[in-house]
Amino acid sequence: MDRKEERIMTLSDVADGQRVNIVAIDGGHGVTRRLAAMGMLPNAEVEVIRNGHPGPFIVRVRGTRIALGRGVAHKILVR
Amino acid sequence: MDKAENANNPPTESSARLTFSMGRSRRADGTITIALAGNPNSGKTCVFNALTGARQHVGNYPGVTVEKKEGYRTYKGQRMRIVDLPGTYSLSAYSAEELIVRNFIMDERPDVVVDILDSSNIERHLYLTTQLIELQAPLVLALNMSDVAERNGVKFDTELLSKLLHAPAVQTVGTSGKGADALLEAAIEIAQAPREVPGNLVRYGPVVEKEIEALEAIVPADHPALAEYQRRWLCVKLLEHDPDVMTRGFGEDVLAAVASARSRIKELLRDEAETVIADRRYGFISGACTEAVKATVERRHDMTDSIDAVVTSKVFGVPIFVVMMYLVFYATFKLGKWPMIGLEHGFGWLSGAIASLWPAGSESPLKSLIIDGVIGGVGGIIIFLPNILILFLAIAILEDTGYMARAAFIMDRLMHRMGLHGKSFIPMIIGFGCTVPAILATRILENRRNRFTTIMVTPLLSCGARLTIYSLIIPAFFTERYRAPVLWLIYVIGIVLAIGAAKVLRVTVLRGEAMPFVMELPPYRVPTAKSLLLHMWERGWMYLRKAGTIILAISIVLWAAASYPKPTAEQLAGLTQEQAQKVELQNSLVGRVGKALEPAIRPLGFDYRVGTALIGAVAAKEVFVSQMGIVYSLGEIHGNLDTLRAALQHDYSRLQAFCIMLFCLISAPCVATFAVTRSETGSLGWAIAQWVGLTALAYVVTLVVYQVGSLLV
Repeated sequence: MDRKEERIMTLSDVADGQRVNIVAIDGGHGVTRRLAAMGMLPNAEVEVIRNGHPGPFIVRVRGTRIALGRGVAHKILVR
Repeated sequence: MDKAENANNPPTESSARLTFSMGRSRRADGTITIALAGNPNSGKTCVFNALTGARQHVGNYPGVTVEKKEGYRTYKGQRMRIVDLPGTYSLSAYSAEELIVRNFIMDERPDVVVDILDSSNIERHLYLTTQLIELQAPLVLALNMSDVAERNGVKFDTELLSKLLHAPAVQTVGTSGKGADALLEAAIEIAQAPREVPGNLVRYGPVVEKEIEALEAIVPADHPALAEYQRRWLCVKLLEHDPDVMTRGFGEDVLAAVASARSRIKELLRDEAETVIADRRYGFISGACTEAVKATVERRHDMTDSIDAVVTSKVFGVPIFVVMMYLVFYATFKLGKWPMIGLEHGFGWLSGAIASLWPAGSESPLKSLIIDGVIGGVGGIIIFLPNILILFLAIAILEDTGYMARAAFIMDRLMHRMGLHGKSFIPMIIGFGCTVPAILATRILENRRNRFTTIMVTPLLSCGARLTIYSLIIPAFFTERYRAPVLWLIYVIGIVLAIGAAKVLRVTVLRGEAMPFVMELPPYRVPTAKSLLLHMWERGWMYLRKAGTIILAISIVLWAAASYPKPTAEQLAGLTQEQAQKVELQNSLVGRVGKALEPAIRPLGFDYRVGTALIGAVAAKEVFVSQMGIVYSLGEIHGNLDTLRAALQHDYSRLQAFCIMLFCLISAPCVATFAVTRSETGSLGWAIAQWVGLTALAYVVTLVVYQVGSLLV
């Protein structure tokens, strides 16, 4: 993926329609494992379908739509 | 087992006692066990229905209350027991469901595990498959929803995929039953001649593999877990910090080695071991998929996206949700009316027919038992079956189309403010059907505080049984145009109280961080009639069974309590028939308890009759109606609901009627709820706290409404 912007930010800062890659997940075992099972791992590509600011989030990862709470979106670092 | 075929599979020495070919679950009669595993939303239930037809048995897994579905099928002379395992995304043992799936596969050793995959989204769904491969389960892959995949331009080389994953792959369409026979044939073949799956098919890269090897060397040969699991698998799980395996009594030396291995992995690869391992599983999957799966069309925007753009939007999301809920209640009340009238007439006719077996004017205890006790009690419940079925059908439609997940998404903001989780909304909405399955459904919440809060407030969401009370009272006191709004108001009061109670609990006894919200939003689908009807029938049957057992028993006990002890002949001397009946009621056990209760409930606007019915409602909410019926039929004449409604109208004001509904909504959850709260929280204390707390809340709320209302009216 060629990406102009290489700045690391949290998923919650990403606008609708943007595609980003996960850098790291800064959460406990439970969250990390849950996200891994749904395909959200470092390097995975994430498309933000709806940044429902200030409410929850919809993203697409590996072809699946996933709803995320804002708290979770804050813990996912992307690039 | 066929000897010739068996000879093709060279036995492995060390793992011989672990191989599934031993088929511990095989019965003497040759019945094979097929377990269905798969992600939620993989169409697993549809495939299960296609394989078993409607001959299913629903029960619980031993010790836990996760639903267990089983069915039997005979195909080409082979008898099969098919078990539908709970839907899970992985086997990490982080939730009750995941552990059940894993333990079922390891303890019961099904002859075949059929892994059901959404082939339009194969990569994500293969994640569970990699873990089934790691367990060396005798696997068959069902590439389900192959019609959707085809429409999306995804093409499979099933032969190659099956070779790469060491398991036969069959394309299926669960909704139409296509591929079901081929799937059964593949399953029977594997059951008779399991393929040898190498334990290290999924590899985790040099760094992790080295650590696994080192750990394998120090796990003692006599460790009890080795009787059940492969050494390599246990070491992978130790590295992953699997909560179940970690607590299986490994020595200090092993645990210390695990800790240092994990820190070495983190240092070298800059990620936690479980992340690295998960990543390698996806690596294995994408390796297999690049070769065997071809996506010919790049899809950008589909129907689901278009619908979601409206349904989950900030502007329309909440209004659409509110309208949907209103439609559900409207349908339940309006459409349920006609079959209900039919059933009422049916029971009226039955009572008449049975009464005619006795000579006119004679009084016999048996006649009274059958007509007033049994038909009056159980019949009064069964006539609400249409309402209940429509409500369950509506919930099934919301679930099967995929809207329910969106509703949870929309509700997450509100739920978050209550200190809950968007997902808490799912058990809560099931609570509108019945509190018991709703409390069972709280198992989807991983966090204990979240879960307990949801359990405690769920009884405030008005269940189907309470609907029977409203359906009796509302038409008696409100004109046609106010009926739906009043019903809606009752439900909203319950919701508002639940929100308040949850908030209070979350800042007091169940204080703590809210759990992260992560949930799949499945694509919208047109549900099949078969699955909707099965869904509706399962839940309706539960209600009927309750009517046939608990409620029948309670009806008879209450009938006896309302009939005995009889007054003496002197007390009845010189009274008219109506006066005599009144004396009989007041003299009975029910009359006495109701009377004793009267001073306490008088400030709420209730009299001894309501008190009596409330005693019944403690056993099961819907008993309130039959109890009212019995109390009145003993005091006056028996007949259909309109007679009862007329009697109520005569004796109570509209405010009193509203207060009755309010009290029934909030007060003491039924015995079944009490029992399930006890078992799900694992403590009698929580169940008692729920019961007492809600009853106290009901008393206070009703008291305020009645007293303030009396001043205004």
